[in-house]
Amino acid sequence: MDMKGRSIVSIRDFPREEIEAIVNKALEVKAGKWPNMLAGKVLATLFFEPSTRTRLSFESAMVSMGGRVIGFADANVSSTKKGESLSDTIKTVTGYCDAIAMRHSIEGAARLASQVATVPVLNAGDGANQHPTQTFLDLVTIKEEFGQLEGLTVGMLGDLKYGRTVHSLAKALSLFDTRQVFIAPPSLSMPETTLAELKNAGTNFSQVDDISQLDQKLDVLYVTRIQKERFADFLEYERVAGAYRIDKKELARLGEQCRIMHPLPRVDEIAEELDGTKNAIYFRQAHNGIPTRQALLGLVMGVMK
Amino acid sequence: MTETRAHKVYAIERGTVIDHIPSPMAMKVVEILGVHQDGILTVGINFKSEKLGRKDIVKVENLALTAAVTDRLALVAPTATINIIEDGKVVEKRPITVPKEFLGMLRCPNPKCITNIEEIDTVFLLEGEASKPAVRCRYCERLYQKPSDLVL
Repeated sequence: MDMKGRSIVSIRDFPREEIEAIVNKALEVKAGKWPNMLAGKVLATLFFEPSTRTRLSFESAMVSMGGRVIGFADANVSSTKKGESLSDTIKTVTGYCDAIAMRHSIEGAARLASQVATVPVLNAGDGANQHPTQTFLDLVTIKEEFGQLEGLTVGMLGDLKYGRTVHSLAKALSLFDTRQVFIAPPSLSMPETTLAELKNAGTNFSQVDDISQLDQKLDVLYVTRIQKERFADFLEYERVAGAYRIDKKELARLGEQCRIMHPLPRVDEIAEELDGTKNAIYFRQAHNGIPTRQALLGLVMGVMK
Repeated sequence: MTETRAHKVYAIERGTVIDHIPSPMAMKVVEILGVHQDGILTVGINFKSEKLGRKDIVKVENLALTAAVTDRLALVAPTATINIIEDGKVVEKRPITVPKEFLGMLRCPNPKCITNIEEIDTVFLLEGEASKPAVRCRYCERLYQKPSDLVL
């Protein structure tokens, strides 16, 4: 596949065949088939909004394959503070590197950057909109675990209203023959627009208010954090958060086959007692960010076909 | 009132009749056309229509619609038909075609969208059926079911 020069802005830009091919490339990278492929390449990491995991993952992805990283982790140290427009920052930085990884609080910032940059832009999160490298690493983890993306039943639990990872994952999985179950309190359920889109795509999905109402076996339970700040009433938050906590007892009910994923950071939604079980794959999922981002960087920089 | 009578009541010699506007979008259509042309502009609201139940009609003397105007009309009145009138007769009748992409014509209501921060043209892509268009912002990717609210 030739993706040289392409930007990775949104999961919407990728048809099923390309998603499958990228996931397979990431697994090849993980298997060690593309050593040092990023040698001599420079990635600019422009993090206008703070992030630990994603930034470190991009940096580690480059450095461990022979590449180098320039950039900033805080908008206060960039020219944005002096009033420079995003377009101007990108038009300048594009001359210093082979690709740009960017996180920004404004939605659509990555799309704009990809239009003015002469090198590929990888969206590392644009506000509540997209975080495509997260979606790719989620898919890589599922494929690695089950050997396929087809035929799986995937549950998504927690804050499905505001969680961008679940919106993108649901959209991506809808391209494959999957069943999806959305488990959330009514106040945090999947947005109508996302449901309508899934319906139009012919996706097989259902919704339940809490995990006790599940009437089918899940292959994957994708857990997301319920954020305190979404609740005006602290007691209501405590009640909801308590009802959506996965511990060993809950895991026993979910069954042996169920794998637990989480985009991290977690707070209380998954009990630490699960960490050592074969069902808990969320740290491996986070580590898969490295080969996934290496594959994406290699593809868009044209060193991997 | 039949459709034929509706035409007769406000007959014009030369210009454009926009028919089958879903009620009550006539005023929105006028807003898009602007009222600063050199002829008479008449608005009919709430005619009975077999197709739509209720429909509006807007007639404008001496007006040829530009593509930019037709594209905007498509979002507020996707069911509309455009009749070009010369010497009091309909010389051309065509439905509105809803374009696939709207460039610089709509405003994104999302305050956190980059189009409201940097000076760039908005781009919206058509989704859903042409008879009931929804649009998605190319930048923040929000979907809007009522594009008529977004027209600039």
